[in-house]
Amino acid sequence: MAIDTKQFFNNKFGEQQVNGSALAGFRKKGLELFNHVGIPPVKHEEWKYTRVNSLFNDGLRYDLNPAAPSAADIEKFRLPHTVSATSLFFINGVYNESLSEIKHAAKDLVILPLETAAAGEYSDLVEKHLGHSASYHPDGIHALNAAFTHGGVFILAKKNRLIEEPVYIYHITDSRGGFTFAQPRILVYAEKQSQVQLVEYYGTLGNEGSFTNEVIEIVAEEASVVDYYKIQHEGAEANHVGTTHVRQLGKCLTNAVTISLSGGLIRNNLNMIMESEHGESHMYGLYLLNGKTHVDNHTIVDNVQPHCFSNELYKGIMDEKSTGVFNGKIFVRQDAQKTNAYQSNKNILLGDSANVNTKPQLEIFADDVKCSHGCTIGRLDEEALFYLRTRGISEKNAKSLLLHAFAVDILENIKPQSLKAFVDQIISERLDFNF
Amino acid sequence: MYEENDNILDQVTSSEYKYGFVSHFETEDAPKGLSEETIRFISAKKNEPEWMLEYRLKAYRHWLTMTEPTWPNVSYPPINYQDIIYYSAPKQKINPNSLDEIDPELRRTFEKLGISLQEQKRLTGVAVDAVIDSVSVTTTFKEELGKQGIIFCSMSEAIQEHPELVRKHLGSVVPPTDNYFSALNAAVFSDGSFCYIPHGVRCPMELSTYFRINAANTGQFERTLIVAEPGSYVSYLEGCTAPMRDENQLHAAVVELIAFEKAEIKYSTVQNWYPGDKEGKGGIYNFVTKRGICAGDFAKISWTQVETGSSITWKYPSVILKGDNTNGEFYSVAVTNNFQQADTGTKMIHLGKNTRSRIVSKGISAGRSNNSYRGLVQVARHASNARNFSQCDSLLLGDKCGAHTFPYIEVKNNTAIVEHEATTSKIGEDQIFYCNQRGIDTETAVALIINGFAKEVMNQLPMEFAVEAQKLLAISLEGSVG
Repeated sequence: MAIDTKQFFNNKFGEQQVNGSALAGFRKKGLELFNHVGIPPVKHEEWKYTRVNSLFNDGLRYDLNPAAPSAADIEKFRLPHTVSATSLFFINGVYNESLSEIKHAAKDLVILPLETAAAGEYSDLVEKHLGHSASYHPDGIHALNAAFTHGGVFILAKKNRLIEEPVYIYHITDSRGGFTFAQPRILVYAEKQSQVQLVEYYGTLGNEGSFTNEVIEIVAEEASVVDYYKIQHEGAEANHVGTTHVRQLGKCLTNAVTISLSGGLIRNNLNMIMESEHGESHMYGLYLLNGKTHVDNHTIVDNVQPHCFSNELYKGIMDEKSTGVFNGKIFVRQDAQKTNAYQSNKNILLGDSANVNTKPQLEIFADDVKCSHGCTIGRLDEEALFYLRTRGISEKNAKSLLLHAFAVDILENIKPQSLKAFVDQIISERLDFNF
Repeated sequence: MYEENDNILDQVTSSEYKYGFVSHFETEDAPKGLSEETIRFISAKKNEPEWMLEYRLKAYRHWLTMTEPTWPNVSYPPINYQDIIYYSAPKQKINPNSLDEIDPELRRTFEKLGISLQEQKRLTGVAVDAVIDSVSVTTTFKEELGKQGIIFCSMSEAIQEHPELVRKHLGSVVPPTDNYFSALNAAVFSDGSFCYIPHGVRCPMELSTYFRINAANTGQFERTLIVAEPGSYVSYLEGCTAPMRDENQLHAAVVELIAFEKAEIKYSTVQNWYPGDKEGKGGIYNFVTKRGICAGDFAKISWTQVETGSSITWKYPSVILKGDNTNGEFYSVAVTNNFQQADTGTKMIHLGKNTRSRIVSKGISAGRSNNSYRGLVQVARHASNARNFSQCDSLLLGDKCGAHTFPYIEVKNNTAIVEHEATTSKIGEDQIFYCNQRGIDTETAVALIINGFAKEVMNQLPMEFAVEAQKLLAISLEGSVG
């Protein structure tokens, strides 16, 4: 049975710590918006292919102060070769300081609970940048995260620092006690000429199902380089709505790679806001799906200033009963002359009951631009298969060879080698690729 | 060079809409406003059978329960549906036996528009059905077509003389409940063209309907129905103009095409309703539902449209590919200038096996206009081996206009191959420079480039229309360099 979400979350709202929290006003605004718009209905254009309202049912567990699972439970999620790296753990959407390990030097990186940052020396930054994504997502799901901005993290990359080792952020949902709702919130600020890499990884304990509603906002200053990786490899009952909002304030380079390998219903919002001239951004995505997994990638590239460059490539392989959705929006504002914006979405349908819904969208108000988008949906090339067969490669191997080649295109853009090897291994196993 | 181009832009965009005159002849109008009475009035005026009135009233009652759609990427002040005259007819003798009996003022109107109702049209071999405001005025070449069993007449005549055909097919592709404007149309449509091509007949000439809104405060609601029996072929043209008026006028038409086994329908539109003046005042709201169905195997439907007029266009000619091995095509050039807004595109619904569709859309925006392509390609679960190729290119002339693309692609079958590509750009300075170098002035160079840009679509138009359409394109845009 579906629950009355407004009632449920309004009751829950009071449980948050109000006393002296610097975020109280921000949350209140979020709740007001949520009360106004509610969970997106089925007919909502932005949620046309992805229906989240069916996830709010009786027995929904939303614990604002979750108990930490044992260290052994946590350990199994750790990515290979990351023992010496900074690892931040979120348990059911709440940052857990005692499990997390910060290995970076303080001169490179500042990592603080969001509430501490909002009350302390970074209050200006938090106030200025937290919630910027709301104007791009005026829906109830996004507002819900704002209303419960609780247990978040603030990450700041210091000026002129080149930070080599990525920051690993683990989102662990403990669903052993029932269907669990979690809402992580992260704010990242890259100061001038800093360079930082972020990796987000998601894991679930138990099979009762979960729903993670995350918002991460990244602000990149002049001459900074930010690489962002999102790896989704969860159980079939793990649902996810994640918003990654990247804002370029100075001429800088931002890259995002989104890999979705398994899960229930997944929605990834990725925004690139090019607010400064000569900004550059690259977005790559791979979704390799089977079972009933539903992955929806919504991207927005908003070119506000002229001379920006953006490139977007999303590839998907859909097997069994899975569904892949892609909606790529490119906005070019009137002042954003000389914009170059490219977008491409390629899909291979393997399963008889697999679906693809794609909507590459351009909205252009400036004339001196070069924008293009393309998308294809198809099966494996018969001729390429035949070529491989004539060389004595079995049909099964030929298929996996071609599919692997299709996917590797995206993996090439993962810079941390150990992470790339990890993802490649999962993909190779899935595709039975053993050359 | 920019400044010079701006001058040319100013000069050319100030060129007048040449069909903006008003003709004065007596008309017979329905009272303003929409109610069951208005519908009964229209129905009675046309001496319609009971079932037709029922059909209209049912549509009207359904319309009352609907709300106007807000999803198109256009904006306009709310329409007051009670402030529209739903029926306006030139007062003239009913059923003129020869062209001489037509009101000379009416005839002059059509001559001014370059549509001669006289038999000299025989030379170009186009049969014309002329619709002014709400009713069809005349249809030419009826006899000659009749010899082959082709029925080409106005909708009201068809309701009287071929009720069984109309009753069977009317609303079968676009049911009154389909959308807000189709419901409105079904309730109040006054006339339109009806065309029936019998089994195995290849229509020997182009059929053409000319629509003209003349009276003030009226809305035009025409209804076109084309039925192509197995193995037949027809090429159909449609043209439209309206006088210049300061207020907006509503045009909500419905076009239905039915192609049975191995039949082919080619439908071309040159839409040149009054687009409003340079300040965006006045103009026609063109809210049209056009849909065709390839009901039998190996059928083919092809839409070609050149959209230069209307202050707002909202139009998605679609094809339902129901039969196996059917083929749907959509070729479009949409030009917007000044304050025009266009939200147009197509829908290709693949249901049968081995179905193919092709979409070529070219959008050209100038001035402060907004031009959107909105398309849907849908491949159903059992539509194996479906193939679609879509291309939509936009050309921006000027830095205050917008070009938008909203392609929806939904595929449920893993044997489908669907491709979509879109580009947006302006006319390259290097291209213009290249022409200048060879002694071609900037204005001619731009016309040349635009013509080249639209060529792929223009080539699809029948000869008689291609010339007119190309001229239209030149008038709408020539010299608008951004």
